[in-house]
Amino acid sequence: MIKQGGPDVGSVGRIVSAPPRVPLHHDPKFRAFLHQVVLLALLLWFGYQFALNARANLAAQGITSGFGFLENTAGFGVNQSLIPYSESDTYGRVFFVGLFNTLLVAGLGIVLATLLGFVIGIARLSPNWLFARLAGGYVELIRNLPLLFQILFWYLAALGTLPGPRQSLSIWEAIFLNNRGLIVPAPVVEMGAGYVLAALVFGALAAVGLAWWSKRRQDRTGQKFPTLWSSLGLIIGLPLVMAWAAGWPISFERPELRGFNFVGGIRLIPEFVALLLALSLYTAAFIAEIVRAGIAAIPRGQTEAALALGLPRSLMLRLVVVPQALRVIVPPLTNQYLNLTKNSSLAIAIGYPDLFAVFAGTALNQTGQAIEIIGITMAVYLLMSLLTSALMNWYNAHIGVAEH
Amino acid sequence: MSRALFVFCVASALGLAATQSHAQTLKAVKDRGSLICGVSQGLPGFSNPDDRGNWTGFDVDFCRAVAAAVLNDATKVKFTPLSAKDRFEPLKSGDIDLLSRNTTWTLSRDVSYGNFAGVTYYDGQGFMVRKALRVNSALELNGASVCTQTGTTTELNLADYFRANSMKYEVIAFGTADETVKAYESGRCDVFTTDMSQLYAEKLKLTNPNDHVILPEIISKEPLGPLVRHGDDQWFDVVKWTLFVMLNAEELGISSKTIDDAMKSNQPEIRRLLGVEGNFGEQLGLSKDWVVRIIRQVGNYGEVFDRNVGAGSKLGISRGLNRLWTKGGIQYGPPVR
Repeated sequence: MIKQGGPDVGSVGRIVSAPPRVPLHHDPKFRAFLHQVVLLALLLWFGYQFALNARANLAAQGITSGFGFLENTAGFGVNQSLIPYSESDTYGRVFFVGLFNTLLVAGLGIVLATLLGFVIGIARLSPNWLFARLAGGYVELIRNLPLLFQILFWYLAALGTLPGPRQSLSIWEAIFLNNRGLIVPAPVVEMGAGYVLAALVFGALAAVGLAWWSKRRQDRTGQKFPTLWSSLGLIIGLPLVMAWAAGWPISFERPELRGFNFVGGIRLIPEFVALLLALSLYTAAFIAEIVRAGIAAIPRGQTEAALALGLPRSLMLRLVVVPQALRVIVPPLTNQYLNLTKNSSLAIAIGYPDLFAVFAGTALNQTGQAIEIIGITMAVYLLMSLLTSALMNWYNAHIGVAEH
Repeated sequence: MSRALFVFCVASALGLAATQSHAQTLKAVKDRGSLICGVSQGLPGFSNPDDRGNWTGFDVDFCRAVAAAVLNDATKVKFTPLSAKDRFEPLKSGDIDLLSRNTTWTLSRDVSYGNFAGVTYYDGQGFMVRKALRVNSALELNGASVCTQTGTTTELNLADYFRANSMKYEVIAFGTADETVKAYESGRCDVFTTDMSQLYAEKLKLTNPNDHVILPEIISKEPLGPLVRHGDDQWFDVVKWTLFVMLNAEELGISSKTIDDAMKSNQPEIRRLLGVEGNFGEQLGLSKDWVVRIIRQVGNYGEVFDRNVGAGSKLGISRGLNRLWTKGGIQYGPPVR
C-alpha cells in the first residue's frame, strides 16, 4: 500500500516531497482492472467462437434450425397426459404433456419427501430406542443405494409382481390393483354439484378465517380453541351436508374389465407410482439427515427451557425447536428439492413419459432438431430450479425475520 | 492463474475450430488403422457380443466387410453400442464412421441424419403376444397395452395402425430394448412390438419362448440399412458398393469357399468384380482386389444372411423379400462396370 495522507505542510514550514510515482503496470488497482478486462474479453471471444463454430457446423451438415417443428404433427402416443393429447397433436403439445408430467411427479415427490423426511429426521433423535434405530437404518440403507436401482426395484421387483388385469386384486369390486396400475372409480358430476363445490370452497375459507381468529384469541387470552377438529368439520362436513340436501349430485363410474384392460375409472399407471415412490423415499433419507442436523444445531438450553415450562414433547418440537431449526434446514433442503426435480429425468428407464423422455427423447429423435430441443429442455430445467430456489430463498428470508 | 485460464481458452477455441471441417472419412479410417462402427446394444443375429466378447451378427458382418475392403483386415473394427434413441448423434458428430444398427430408412432420417447406403435387410413391423391370450390377429388388439422402444419408427407405425383401424391402445415407451422386453415379460404389456427380425431375436431371449407367438400381420415397411455422414461422397460410395458387391457375388455364385476358383474364371463379369480386369477398386480409392478381400474374409450376402439370421442360425428367419431378384426377392446389386 502507498502511504495515504498528504505531505505535512504548514506548521513546520517545510515541504515533504510526494511519494515516488509508481509506474502504471505496477499499480495494483490498475492491474486488477486490466486482468478483469482481459478475462471478460476472452470469455466474450470464446462465446463468439462457440456460436460461430456451431453455426458453421450446422450449415456444413445441412441442418435447418428454427422452432417451426413445434407446429408439426408428432404422430406418437403417450400413456399419461394431464392435458388432452392424441397422436395428431403437435410437438409443441408434446412438450407441455412432458412438462406437466415432470411437474406432477416432482411436485408430489417434494411434498411426500418433505413429510417423510421430517418424520424420519425427528424419529432419529427420538428417545425411543426402536424408533431412532429404525430411522437410522432407513437413512443408511436408502441413501447408499443408487437411485436408478431403486426406481427399477420398485418398478420391476415390487409393482411388476402384481397380477394381470384378469386376476386383479379388488376392494368391493370398485377399486382394482393389477400390473396396469391402480384403477379407482371416476366421479361423474351431475346437476347440483356446483353447490357442493361452493360449500367446499366456503368451508375451506371459513377454516382459514377460524385459524386466524383462534390464534389471535390465544395470543390475547391464552385460551386454546380446537381449530383442527372444527376446521375438518367445516371442510368435510359442510360439503357432505350440502350434497345430502342436493340429493347426492355426484355419482361414481365403476371401472370394468373389457378385453385386455379396464375401461372407465381413473388409473394411476405403475410407472408413475414407481417413480414417485423411489424419488420420495430416496430424497426423504437425505432430508431426514438435514432435519436431524438442523435440530441438533439448536442449543440444548432451548429444549431444556421448553421442558421446564412444562410443554409436552410434541409442542416443544413444534413451537420451540422446529421453527428455529428451519433456518438451518431450509438452505440445504432447497438443494434436495432441486435434486429431486432433476432426478425425475431417470423416468425414461421405466417408460414414464416425463419431459426428458418424450421431448428430449422421442421428439428429438424424430425431428433431429437437437440444438433447439436440448436448448428448450435445458432452459426448462434451469427455470424450474431457479424458481424453486427463489421460492425457498423467499421462505428462508420470511422465517429468518423471527431471529433477534 | 489468469495465464492458465488464457491458455485454456485459446486451446478450447482452437479445438472447436479444428472440428469444423469434417475430415475425409476414408483417409481418416486408413490413417487410424481401424473402422469405428455404431451397432446395437445387443440384438441376437444382428449385433451381439458372443460369450467371449466378440461382436457377431448381420450388422456386425457388414462393418467387417467394409473393414476388409478398406483395411484388408475384417477384425480391425471398433464397435460402439448405441441405443435406438442416441444412435444418430454420434454419426453426425463424427464419433463413428458408420452406423450399422438395424435402422429404418425414412425420408426425415435421410434428410436429418445422413445418407443411407442401401438396404441390407427388408423388414416390417410385427407384434408378439402371449399364447395364453388366444389372439390370432393384430386386429383383435383393441384396448391392449403395448410395450415399445422410444425413438423408433415403431412408435409411429403403432400409432398409425391403431388409428387407422380405430382401435384404442396404451403405449409404454422405454429407453432401451432390454427394458422394453423386461416390461413385456413382467406382464406390464399385452403386446411387444418391433421389427419382425427383432421380434424373432428377442423371443429367443425370453424365459419360455414357446409361451409367446408372433402375429402374422406386418404393419409397415422397414427397409434397414447402414448410414454414413452427409457431405462425404467418397465414403458413401465405398460403403454403398460394399453392399452391392456382396449381392453381386452371391448372384454370380462367388462365396468364401469358391473364391479361389472364381479368380481363375474367364467370365467377364466375375473378372471385373474380382478386379482381375479393370480398376474399379481404385476408382473407389481402394485397391483392385477389394472384393476378393470382402468375400474371403466375410463372405457374400447370402452367406452372411444365412450364418447370422437365416437357416444356419438359431433365429431361422426365411429369406423372404431378402432373396435375390433372380430368386423372387427384391435384393438387387447394380452392375460393376
